[in-house]
Amino acid sequence: MHKKEEEADNIDKQELWERRLKWIMPFMAITFAILIWEFLVRYYEVPHYLIPAPSKISATLWTDGPSLLKAMLFTIKLTFFSLLLAIIGGVLLGMLFALSRTIEMSLFPFAVILQVTPIIAIAPLILIYVNSTFAALLICAWIVAFFPILSNTAIGLRSADHNLRDLFSLYRATPWQRLRFLMLPSALPYFMAALKIAGGLSLIGAVVAEFVAGTAGQNTGLASRILESSFRFEIPRMFAALFLVSILGVSIFLITSLLSHIVLGHWHESEIKREK
Amino acid sequence: MSKSNPIIHMGKVKKTFENGTLAVQGMTLDILKGQFISFLGPSGCGKSTVLKMIAGLLRPTSGQILINGKKPNEISSDQNIGYVFQDATLMPWATVEDNVFLPLRLKGITKYQASGDIEKALQKVGLKDFYKSYPRELSGGMKMRVSIARALIMKPKLLLMDEPFAALDEMTRFRLNDDVLSFWENADLTVIFVTHSVFESVYLSNRVIVMAPRPGRVIADISLKDSYPRSEEYRTTSAYTENCRLVSGHLKNSMVKE
Ligand SMILES: Nc1ncnc2c1ncn2[C@@H]1O[C@H](COP(=O)(O)OP(=O)(O)O)[C@@H](O)[C@H]1O
Ligand SMILES: [Mg+2]
Repeated sequence: MHKKEEEADNIDKQELWERRLKWIMPFMAITFAILIWEFLVRYYEVPHYLIPAPSKISATLWTDGPSLLKAMLFTIKLTFFSLLLAIIGGVLLGMLFALSRTIEMSLFPFAVILQVTPIIAIAPLILIYVNSTFAALLICAWIVAFFPILSNTAIGLRSADHNLRDLFSLYRATPWQRLRFLMLPSALPYFMAALKIAGGLSLIGAVVAEFVAGTAGQNTGLASRILESSFRFEIPRMFAALFLVSILGVSIFLITSLLSHIVLGHWHESEIKREK
Repeated sequence: MSKSNPIIHMGKVKKTFENGTLAVQGMTLDILKGQFISFLGPSGCGKSTVLKMIAGLLRPTSGQILINGKKPNEISSDQNIGYVFQDATLMPWATVEDNVFLPLRLKGITKYQASGDIEKALQKVGLKDFYKSYPRELSGGMKMRVSIARALIMKPKLLLMDEPFAALDEMTRFRLNDDVLSFWENADLTVIFVTHSVFESVYLSNRVIVMAPRPGRVIADISLKDSYPRSEEYRTTSAYTENCRLVSGHLKNSMVKE
């Protein structure tokens, strides 16, 4: 009895340790990489206009903080709204596709064309046709993020178990009940997978579109800061902006993963941790 | 309780699927109210197809199916039919409680109004303590019990079961067999039970319909002497063995003719 308790205790400790390890390991690896970077730059006396040391970058982050943060806020806004629009558009059109094969067959080619044409090639046109720069950037980022949500939602809505569908017919479910209680929950895992991809893509879209748009205007994002710095050979500033972009990307990844875990954790295989 | 009027009439029912498969042909059958009837046959002989046609989920290509004198898709929604599939067919995202609640929810009943019925249904299948569990946390037999609770919650007069216990271990199957028998005995219920097990069909039913494939058709209609209530002991009686031999014989005939 006593021994058993001890065993259970040990297992608990081990699990706790494993959970901590999941955070400690990447943290240590990154810290280590940064230290090596710092050491190499100092040891070989690499000039900071070639490769700045991490200490130099963080100093720049501090001094240029206000302007960089403002840019970051702009990029966040752009990314967030384009993702939001991608979700709304993707889910609505995905529902339409799931409802009617005819609509899907006629509209799907357009979605594919939008998807396969590199955004960098369409962006200049959009910037010409759309007056507001923010709207143009939004459209660019939206195009990139939209497709995975559309296609996954359409597939997910169709993935409902056929016996469950029969059951809903047996009980004379209305189309609305069928959508609400069967198709949407069935589509949720597919949608969450798409959201993880689309989150990253909307950031890429936002950055790429801004690169094409150039640095014109006051209200600009991190991509403009990077471009600007490259013109002025302010390499540390470029790295600082780059650092913020990756922080943004990582945050989006973490948030969408967490969201997926919250929504699916209690029932879907992809989010359930199997006991060994 | 009257157990003698036909609840289902099938006349020359034929089903050809769009791909040309002739699944069922020339099926004529009257099922009496209160019967426990088994459809027995090898896989592919059209048992599921017949069940789906009775439930109104598939339309016969020709012929007629009447439930209490009405076509399956015309019967009013309060004369509902219970349906149990081979796999439990639960919604993985919903708790046991919400799964059992589904038929009532689709009728527009609120969970508050339904809570009493849900509790009773779960109690009946011995899962009252699991109402907050998710299907993945249950064993195969427990999932099947949830599925049965869901089928019974609307108090149907007709219960269709499509090889419900085929995937379960023997002990669990025996226990569920007894449970289904007791539900049937204690309610005004007609059961159509699809199986490919001679022993299961003989243990449960008072009438066995033996079917043969290509095309799916009825080759024997065997009435078994009533000797309910049945329990484990019935499996060791000579009457049971005799019935099994009788039914097996018909089933073998269907294989030989092929
Ligand atoms: N939706 C369908 N489309 C085409 N053929 C089908 C379909 N459903 C069943 N079948 C065919 O009809 C025959 C009978 O099937 P089924 O009723 O499922 O048999 P059982 O339940 O007795 O195993 C089989 O040959 C099967 O392949
Ligand atoms: Mg079948």
